[in-house]
Amino acid sequence: MGIDGYIVEVETDIGNGIPGFEIVGLADVAVKESKERVKAAIRNSSFDFPVRRITVNLAPASKKKEGSSFDLPIALGILSATGQVDTREIEKYLFIGELSLDGKLKPVNGILPVAVCAMQQGVENLILPCDNAGEAAVVKGLNVLPARDLEEVVAHLNGWKRIERYTVDVDKLFENSINHDVDFSDVKGQESVKRALEVAASGGHNCLMIGSPGSGKTMLARRLATILPSLTFEEALEITKIHSIAGTLPPNTSLITTRPFRSPHHTISEAGLIGGGRYPKPGEISLAHYGVLFLDELPEFGKQTLEVLRQPLEDGMVTITRFNTTLTYPAKAMLICAANPCKCGYYLDPSRQCTCTPRQIQQYLGRLSGPLLDRIDMHIEVASVKFGELESNIASESSPVIRERVNRTRKIQLERYKGLGIYSNSQLQPSMIKKFCKLDKSGRELLEDAFEKLGLSARAHSRILKVSRTIADMEESEDIKAHHVAEAIHYRSLDRKLWFG
Amino acid sequence: MFEKLKYWIWMSSVPGMGAKKKYDLVNHFGDPVNIWNSSKRELMDVPFLTEENVNALLDRNKRSETMGIMDALYRNGIKAITIKDPEYPDCLRNIYDPPIVLYYKGRLEIRQLSIAVVGSRRATYYGKSVAERISAELAAYGINVVSGMARGIDSSAHRGALKGGGRTIGVMGCGLDIVYPPENKELAERITESGALVSEYVPGTAPLPANFPARNRIISGISQGVLVVEAGEKSGSLITVGYALEQGREVFAVPGNINSISSAGTNRLIKEGARLVTSAEDILEEFNLIDNLNQKKEGERVKTVQKSIFSALDEKERMIAECLLEGPMHIDLLVRQCKMEMQSLNTTLVMMELKGLVEMLPGKHYRLRI
Repeated sequence: MGIDGYIVEVETDIGNGIPGFEIVGLADVAVKESKERVKAAIRNSSFDFPVRRITVNLAPASKKKEGSSFDLPIALGILSATGQVDTREIEKYLFIGELSLDGKLKPVNGILPVAVCAMQQGVENLILPCDNAGEAAVVKGLNVLPARDLEEVVAHLNGWKRIERYTVDVDKLFENSINHDVDFSDVKGQESVKRALEVAASGGHNCLMIGSPGSGKTMLARRLATILPSLTFEEALEITKIHSIAGTLPPNTSLITTRPFRSPHHTISEAGLIGGGRYPKPGEISLAHYGVLFLDELPEFGKQTLEVLRQPLEDGMVTITRFNTTLTYPAKAMLICAANPCKCGYYLDPSRQCTCTPRQIQQYLGRLSGPLLDRIDMHIEVASVKFGELESNIASESSPVIRERVNRTRKIQLERYKGLGIYSNSQLQPSMIKKFCKLDKSGRELLEDAFEKLGLSARAHSRILKVSRTIADMEESEDIKAHHVAEAIHYRSLDRKLWFG
Repeated sequence: MFEKLKYWIWMSSVPGMGAKKKYDLVNHFGDPVNIWNSSKRELMDVPFLTEENVNALLDRNKRSETMGIMDALYRNGIKAITIKDPEYPDCLRNIYDPPIVLYYKGRLEIRQLSIAVVGSRRATYYGKSVAERISAELAAYGINVVSGMARGIDSSAHRGALKGGGRTIGVMGCGLDIVYPPENKELAERITESGALVSEYVPGTAPLPANFPARNRIISGISQGVLVVEAGEKSGSLITVGYALEQGREVFAVPGNINSISSAGTNRLIKEGARLVTSAEDILEEFNLIDNLNQKKEGERVKTVQKSIFSALDEKERMIAECLLEGPMHIDLLVRQCKMEMQSLNTTLVMMELKGLVEMLPGKHYRLRI
């Protein structure tokens, strides 16, 4: 359910009567169709398919089942009921896999959750298609036995030829993960944006980048994923689970060890963004779990689509309710949005003339609803880089160096929020802000002053406090000082009157 | 008098005729009341009237609307002044096609020098700030600032004049019961407190695009000179310049960056002989008013204040201020020029902003304020 699996028992009865084959237990079309695949696979693997009345029950019978992963257990059920397979040890095994007509085993989605569940329920061995072996093998304490076809499975169970256990070295996977193909040192100039993104990464703050087309918003967002703190094994497992269910796991990958970066197109539907559908699947926000969800051209997204994003951003999970099930997908993604300053994109651009009317300019960013902007902590203005700077060789810091600093800042936060159920400054709830973001006198005065003189809107208040907490953490300072607040104010440019006035 | 005004207002509200034709017609008959009382035959004998014009003049519905217009004038506190009135601005009376009736709100005695400050609606920050500054200076010298109440440069000019404590006149392209653009409502109210809003259109006239070029002739008509602050190659303010030249007014222009599209028009005006203006004094000089400039010391005073502020800055702040003296600068350039850490630059800039020393412009550019 959701991203967790549950074990289904396949019971087979072969009795007298008119020859037939019936599958019961709330099976959907793909499961019912497995009848024909199983029949053909058994025959073509040189076993006998009984010409009798066969009834297969998928227990628990009250839960809906879907997909083609029941082919292998159903086939084995029939073979064991007809005495073609040794059933003495069969209790110790969990089977999963889709059969092709010639008896070959084909990979299925959602292996990892199954493997985790099997391990938790004390199953010792898991027999699955070869292509899925890597994915399951990251689960410790489970014998993963990959099989090529039905014959191999039967040979193993009958003791004719044992299947080799498959193992992967998890540590090695993590070592390899450090190599991103993009790096922060690729970014020329843009010092202010780089600093802002480092702050965002350090506190997990959602941010909105505003700038003309070609100023490098997408490029910068892509590189943000490279400076986020390294994944822990548990996080990697959770990410891989989601991608395993969604079927977006790259082939031959056993574990996703880099933070995901998802950038859906702005024509995406609500269900595509937060998940759903007739057979519910995780949406983009869940696929970006523990990583970056990048929404380019934010004002172009459907209004309703953006509104549904609000609740998952707050709760860190998506709950999908259908009449017979309720699923929960985790969705702790960092939201990075990008927007042009106006419709034509060149408002405020020094080198191009903007062709929008003042009303259009106001309307364009005005399209973003207040509640959504409320969930965005930082506004970053990105200016386009002149050609000369692209060519220049000003040395800039590489991602690993920055990530090192980010890791340190995150560690401070993890320790501070131990037992509170949150892990970064961006998740501070109003009551916690009072406790953890205390300002000294000069800081308070500065903030009051800023509200009055810079015309900041009220919603900026708690955002500024959270971001200043992060900035203080970056300096490893326990107290939030005035200059931390000052820098945080810097990242609220959209709240200023000059943008909309 | 009241009875007579009715005929003038009726005449100004007749559609299908330009200002010039109405002006000629009034001169032909001597007074609108004579036009009102003319028969179709008499009107047909006027050589420059077409049949449509005559029909419009004889239209009974239009005639009966006149009382409604007068009512609207009264309700909205709008006053009307005819070309025969001695209070009618002389300089406007003498142009080729003066409006026969001028509607206004506020106080319309124009005794002092009037300068029109105009420019593009789509103005850059540079244009707006220059318009505001020069208008304030002009106002401080007691000069009337005339402009068109449009967005961009026009609004900044009015604001500047009010800031400088002077009078300003806004010439509108619609009836005075409508405020266009709507965001200038507050500005319009402030203008009428000391100066005036002026229009040749009867109340209820919508801000049609065709009204605005015609309005421009009044802007230049009631002024002795026209200052174009910022205009692109095809800006509407260049129409005002055309009228100004036709009416024999002085033309001034503020130079802009030669790469800037929004200053292409003004730079061309300078090339073609318009006087280059960088401060209000340049305009005063043209009108030989430079002698009684005892206020010039004000500028000096500002400079000494600037110096004293500079000495009060700490090291970082001074470094930033010095970089910004050349003009607004983007934050990324600033960090390289000042050789500072990004976080301390961010912090210092916000601190300076709160002290009122710098100002953030949209797009993370910073400008020194003084």
